[in-house]
Amino acid sequence: MAKDFREVLKTKDFVVTAEAAPTKGANVEKSVEHIELLKDKVDALNVTDNQSSVMRYPSVGICLLIKEHGGEAIFQVTCRDRNRLAIQADLLFAWSRGVRNVLCLTGDSIDVGDHKEAKPVFDLESAQLIHLVHTLNSGTDMVGNELNGGTDFCIGTTATPSADPLEPQLVKVQKKLEAGIDFIQTQAVYELEELKRFVEFVRKHDEKVKILLGIVPVTGAKMAQYMNANVPGIFVPQYMIDELAQAPKGTGINKGIEIAGRLIRKAKEEKLCDGTHIMFIGKEERVPEVLEAAGLI
Amino acid sequence: MIVAERKPMEEIIQMIAPYKKVLLAGCETCVAICWTGGEKEVGILASQLRLARSNNGGKIDIVEATVERQCEKEMVEELREKVDGVEAVLSLACGAGIQTMADVFEDKPVFPAVNTTFLGRPEGEGVWLENCGACGDCFLDRTGGICPMVRCAKGILNGPCGGTRKGGKCEVDPDKDCAWVLIYNRLKKQGRLDLMYKYYPPKNFRAVKRPGKMEAIKA
Amino acid sequence: MNGEIIAFCCEHSAYVAADAAGKQGLHCPENLRIIRVPCAGRVDIIHILKAMEEGAAAVLVLGCEDGLCQHLTGNIRARERVNYSEMLLKEVGIDGRRVAMFNLAANAPHKFIQAVNEMNERMKELGEGK
Repeated sequence: MAKDFREVLKTKDFVVTAEAAPTKGANVEKSVEHIELLKDKVDALNVTDNQSSVMRYPSVGICLLIKEHGGEAIFQVTCRDRNRLAIQADLLFAWSRGVRNVLCLTGDSIDVGDHKEAKPVFDLESAQLIHLVHTLNSGTDMVGNELNGGTDFCIGTTATPSADPLEPQLVKVQKKLEAGIDFIQTQAVYELEELKRFVEFVRKHDEKVKILLGIVPVTGAKMAQYMNANVPGIFVPQYMIDELAQAPKGTGINKGIEIAGRLIRKAKEEKLCDGTHIMFIGKEERVPEVLEAAGLI
Repeated sequence: MIVAERKPMEEIIQMIAPYKKVLLAGCETCVAICWTGGEKEVGILASQLRLARSNNGGKIDIVEATVERQCEKEMVEELREKVDGVEAVLSLACGAGIQTMADVFEDKPVFPAVNTTFLGRPEGEGVWLENCGACGDCFLDRTGGICPMVRCAKGILNGPCGGTRKGGKCEVDPDKDCAWVLIYNRLKKQGRLDLMYKYYPPKNFRAVKRPGKMEAIKA
Repeated sequence: MNGEIIAFCCEHSAYVAADAAGKQGLHCPENLRIIRVPCAGRVDIIHILKAMEEGAAAVLVLGCEDGLCQHLTGNIRARERVNYSEMLLKEVGIDGRRVAMFNLAANAPHKFIQAVNEMNERMKELGEGK
């Protein structure tokens, strides 16, 4: 049985989490494979919520599967597809079925996904969602009704240390810290100076929150360039792109894993943060290689 | 002002396909300003529709008319004689005007020749930008006069989201500014950044219960 | 369609050229109808569309050479309106090539003839309707 994530955050020197995306469809075989592969290698597994606004099997469903298989799950909740009633209801359900950790996100816009004509909800955004979870944790719903059974979620959120411009993002981070969070999983950072700057900022406002360095292994120079141009808040430095470009054809992904391992190793050795969060969507089966490259297993 | 765009031509032609005599009604207020439905545009569309019909070997009689404001019953009433003489009405006004026509001339099919898109203002020549969402719970005092409901693609009250692109552009459209970066810059300029550091609780989305109704208070 | 080619001619350039062409006995298509305007910029979109409605096979707008418009930007506006009219005609299934703009000087009657003949040939290719 996996250890309770809140406990792990308190006691472990370097926390490791990874992400698993549900499949498109009712067949959860692949997810079970990923769970079996990763549940004992990481402290907790995030399950994404209609990630990139692409309709998939629900996050809470895979969280339940993780629990069934003896793993520890982090329930990702976005504000794009559900209003405040549905979100509260889903959180009560998740808690009742043993899910203990929640990651609060605003959510990608509808336009990046595959249901481009859907109505975006955004009844709330991430800061309001964090407040909402606290309310449920205190035994009442959002409008003050006492709950017949509240929750006690461990609360996490994301942040984008490589954002440009950074200052407006930090205002939002500060609001989230003031709302009270247990952990931050950052978006991918490839330049550790940016991580250092971010951690410094967070520590000014909250000494206890755990910061996990987000890692997205780049599979090649082209992918890195694409990400720099198209993915918000991502910055792969030129020297890294060059390194990827020099890798022999077909080995780009191995180089990417090597670089990812290197970043994590350095962050751990220099105690830059409290852990790492590995996002290798579509290649979950290669996460163990990243962990190996980082010296974590 | 209300901004509307003319519908695709195929849609319009299809709507009036069964008719031989149609009134094309424009409006000289908002839609005239955004070059969609004023007198000039009525003339052009009428000409196009006649050409389209004759091109297919048929004929259509398009009566042209424009009123000052198509959302006013009294002004629309002036068209009664013209409306009586046609089989259907095609309107270039915004949704408010089209429906006024439909309400006043209840026995005539009334068709929208436009898609009403937003409340906004002109920005340079030929460009209009949305800036108000008619949410009924105005937030402009807290954001330096920049509406987060419509100028932020996600309409969030504690921004920005994590999707801001390089240079302060929006996750959704790289040509659009991130409203919350604009808000940050505006409040910073005015020395009122404390407003952005405040936490804003979830919005009251029921401030205006649709369909909205307002009654002016009589003395 | 009555097969006419309507030519809106700016009185500072095209109209003078057309007149000279006539005097020199240069051959003009028979279906040509010239309309004199004080500037090509006087021609608006609705005039072009109305001409088509009345059955013209083609509409020509002829104005001064670049930079020589007496009203400074009349010829530029005319060109933009011609382009826009092409789009409006295409929207209703009419070939945009039925509308065109030519720039010429008052002392270029051969250019006038060239323009109208070119248009005439184009119309023969496109044929009746659409």
